[in-house]
Amino acid sequence: MDALLLPLIVFCPLLAAGILFVSTGRMPARPSCVIGAGSVGLSALLAGRLAAGFLAAPPPTGALHVTLWSWMQVEGFSTRIAFALDPLSLVMMLVVTGVGFLILLYAGGYMHDDPDIARFFGCMTLFVAAMLVLVFSSDLLSLYIGWEGVGICSYLLIGFWHTDAANVAAARKAFIVTRIGDAAMLCGLLLLATQAGTLDIAALLHIVATGPAQLLPTTAAFLLLGGAVAKSAQVPLQTWLPDAMAGPTPVSALIHAATMVTAGVYLIARLHPLFMAVPAAMTAVALVGLVTLLLAAGSALVQTDIKRILAYSTMSQIGYMFLALGSGAWQAAIFHLVTHAFFKALLFMAAGAIILRVHHRQDIYQMGGLAPAMPGVFAAFLAGAAALAGLPLLTAGFYSKEMILQGAWHANPLLWAGALLGAFATAIYIFRCVFIVFFGTRHTEPKGHTGATMAIPLACLAILALAGGWMEMPDTIAPVHLLSHLLSPLFGTPMAEGPSWLLWAGSLVPLTGVGVAWLLWRPRTQARTTPEDAIARLARTGWGFDTLYDMLFVRPFITLGRLNQSDICDRLSDATAATARTGGRMLSHMQSGQVRRYAGWIAAGTVVALCLGIRA
Amino acid sequence: MIALPALILLPAAGGLAAWLSDRDRQASSLSWWVAITTILLQALLLLFITCTAGWGHGPWLAHFSVPWIPALGIAARMDMDGLSLVMLWLTTLLSFPCVILSARDVGERPGLFHLLLLATIAGINGVFLATDLFLFFFFWELMLVPMYVLILQWGHEDRRRAAIKFFLFTQGSGLLMLVAILGLVILHQHATGILTFDYFALADTPLMPTAAMVLMLGFFIAFAVKLPVVPLHVWLPDTHTQAPTAGSVLLAGILLKTGGYGLIRFVVLLFPEAAARFAPMALALGVAGILYGAWLSLAQDDIKRLIAYSSVSHLGFVLLGIFSGSPMGMRGAVVQMVAHGLSTGALFVIAGSLQDRLHTRDMRRMGGLWQALPHLSSVGLFFAIASLGLPGMGNFVGEFLTLLATWRVSPPMAILGTAGLVLSAVYSLTMVGRAFVGPPHAGQGATHAPPPADFGPRQMTVLGLTMALLLVLGTYPQPVLDLSLPAPAHAAPQTEVPRP
Repeated sequence: MDALLLPLIVFCPLLAAGILFVSTGRMPARPSCVIGAGSVGLSALLAGRLAAGFLAAPPPTGALHVTLWSWMQVEGFSTRIAFALDPLSLVMMLVVTGVGFLILLYAGGYMHDDPDIARFFGCMTLFVAAMLVLVFSSDLLSLYIGWEGVGICSYLLIGFWHTDAANVAAARKAFIVTRIGDAAMLCGLLLLATQAGTLDIAALLHIVATGPAQLLPTTAAFLLLGGAVAKSAQVPLQTWLPDAMAGPTPVSALIHAATMVTAGVYLIARLHPLFMAVPAAMTAVALVGLVTLLLAAGSALVQTDIKRILAYSTMSQIGYMFLALGSGAWQAAIFHLVTHAFFKALLFMAAGAIILRVHHRQDIYQMGGLAPAMPGVFAAFLAGAAALAGLPLLTAGFYSKEMILQGAWHANPLLWAGALLGAFATAIYIFRCVFIVFFGTRHTEPKGHTGATMAIPLACLAILALAGGWMEMPDTIAPVHLLSHLLSPLFGTPMAEGPSWLLWAGSLVPLTGVGVAWLLWRPRTQARTTPEDAIARLARTGWGFDTLYDMLFVRPFITLGRLNQSDICDRLSDATAATARTGGRMLSHMQSGQVRRYAGWIAAGTVVALCLGIRA
Repeated sequence: MIALPALILLPAAGGLAAWLSDRDRQASSLSWWVAITTILLQALLLLFITCTAGWGHGPWLAHFSVPWIPALGIAARMDMDGLSLVMLWLTTLLSFPCVILSARDVGERPGLFHLLLLATIAGINGVFLATDLFLFFFFWELMLVPMYVLILQWGHEDRRRAAIKFFLFTQGSGLLMLVAILGLVILHQHATGILTFDYFALADTPLMPTAAMVLMLGFFIAFAVKLPVVPLHVWLPDTHTQAPTAGSVLLAGILLKTGGYGLIRFVVLLFPEAAARFAPMALALGVAGILYGAWLSLAQDDIKRLIAYSSVSHLGFVLLGIFSGSPMGMRGAVVQMVAHGLSTGALFVIAGSLQDRLHTRDMRRMGGLWQALPHLSSVGLFFAIASLGLPGMGNFVGEFLTLLATWRVSPPMAILGTAGLVLSAVYSLTMVGRAFVGPPHAGQGATHAPPPADFGPRQMTVLGLTMALLLVLGTYPQPVLDLSLPAPAHAAPQTEVPRP
């Protein structure tokens, strides 16, 4: 029964995607919504049923394996389309289907008057299916199907409103930048497949654990890290994520906040024995996370577009997850992945609700004073902001961030200090957004109201963003360890907690951040603008990575290609043709029709022939 | 098996019938119907061959042989193994989009057009079957000449130059192959005293390493022009661009594959040692093709040229697979050929349809076609995505297996090949971005008063089936993988060849 449920969870949204794509242009809006959201809802129900069964009676091996079919089987290599459900994929499955369903429900309200709604839901359900393939696969190559599949769905959805050239460019950029990482990852897969003859994850990890070869895990880990970095928008391949906000807001919530961008975190967690075998890779993961979380938080501080604030915040929060992974705090990374999915989806959807009501404006300075006009959305956004900032005790973000800080402290106190600085910045930038958008004078009069299909998901996620963290608490507060207990068959028992002043520091820093934000951007202050100096400008453009890459790679490549548009090799053949033509023309001059010239040639030829004859 | 020559005679006869049917000029689409019937019959015949083939009796599945010119040791000998079967199926399947979609409204003299089209198909079928080198050369030429006339007669604005270029390149390289064939036959006669063009007999010729290398290069260059391999690819962009749509589909879909097929059958299997020594060079050429083709593809403004250069890039993977020296690479190369045939063939159908509708191939004058042509654009998007090698589609299986096989021989080459995958994403999405999506081109509304017609049920059915095939090939490639390993040249089929 369960073995049937597992593929069925993937199949529901896949089938919906097929129906929606085939009928696109003919199906009205409402059935599209019903099929789109309904299929994911059905998946969520089945996932809940499966999870309940799994938790009640875990399989003896710790995982439920379903082999669907043999994909490629050739000499020296074979791979299968195979799914496995273990505690890690169980958690991911619940997040993807659960949060996914809420976002699709919301999207039904958000997109209801878009003429291309069938295409929208087709891409969204296809995305959910691909993401589920990614988290279920027990073979790295079949995981790669999901990995690239979510990438192409992201491309299709960022460029959903394709009449705007900027959206198309953003979509292309997102796909190509992640594709660079994917190519690195593919190299890693090629290396592993060559060395091990299989890409089955369990078999690979067994070989890593027993194999003596040191080169294999090191190179492979770094190549796979390349894929993870690009997909999760970490430095240095992070440049695509802010532009990806060109897509409709539900897309940003589902793909570019809650699920797809955390695929890199999932990949590293899934292959954690491989990374643990390579300390250098662990350090690299932690450093990438730390650098990203600080840079992105710095950028988020000075953005004026509400969605870009959230985009940089996503990068920063995934940086936390990478930091946790690099510190070996696997449970903390997954815990933060879950809570982040709750509160960031909530923030994006609340932002979407605001954007819809302020005439599609996204500049926070054009909003202002919206709290009385939309109290429900304000409450939801506030809950999300509090969770993102990690305000103590009440919010889910507090518990997961606390766990990461503990892990970082154990790995290296410097990492901890950096993460704490990041937490301070996080509280400042998100409450800057809250104070500017919801307080003070109103610059834009909101219209309409937020419908039920949008309000219900907001309410559900607001509850989750607050209460979702209670499944895991520090011992100092209450010894609840549901998540790490669930994940312990994979990751072992979590590290012991550090001294209790760590907890105090982790609690007070966000509160201080909120205080600073209040001082700087509270209502009635004259200049509620953001400082304009060189550093702020640099941070607003994402620290100049785009310009750098543009100058280093994109332009030379395009320019040289343009120069060679007519293909230098072709000139060679043209030159040959020209030589032949010229030669022919010159020789044709010999045929002048004058007998004495012919006689001269005959005589000359005879003389030459005679000379040759005499010499021989 | 008598059905093997029937596979060649049927399209030839069908072509003649189409030509004759058009002579009275009563119904202009009659020749089209004859052509459709012919390829339907061809599909049925191939199905019959597939079912009655000698499965389980060694690698060769079917055999046919009659003496032809006994004095010179030439026989009309054909043998079919799994590789031939796969390529024959690709030819048969691609004949459908070719004839159904591209050849319907051909304009003047449709009968002659269909004759040439079907004659080319007959020649291609022969190439995939012949195991007598003389017969092979005969078919090799047979498929080129009608194609030359097709381009010359029905091509676009610069067709004369393109047709002559195509003819010179293929004919010149064909000449090299003929010389190599004769050299091999003569060396065989010197060594054994028997004059024969038989593939299996010649495979056993004892050869000096140098002689083997020279002969191998003769074959290699001929097939490398066809595949094409950089820097011998220069005929391809011009030819593809100028050929009529059906010609482009046939060229990209199948004709190029004869190069890959020839490399496997007549280079790697006939001269295994020489090919192994040449392999590093061939791998480098393959990688050069992948990168150079992708890079130039990106720089094009003409949508057909873009697709043509992307073919150069895709077929670089075929070269990698063939010369990786492992069965895995060979299988990957075959899957790549099939997938490329389907996806690029479909892309040429789309490019041709665009040219019919917009009267331009210049992407600077396209843009935002999605609003006017949603079906055409979404199909175009699908095949562009297939062409960038998305896992789950056939192209990925081919590229992955060839790269994996290459990694075993030379990781740096495989890494460079993987870089080609990034570039393929760049050019595919650039094509989508410039043609199908984005803001509509400024001049479009004015110049086309009636909006161009979108794809109808006929196009959507054929292309939908092509999409389904690509998806099946991508998710369940095992049947093709199992078939695609070529039968070894020294294991002649059971039936004895009648010798003079």
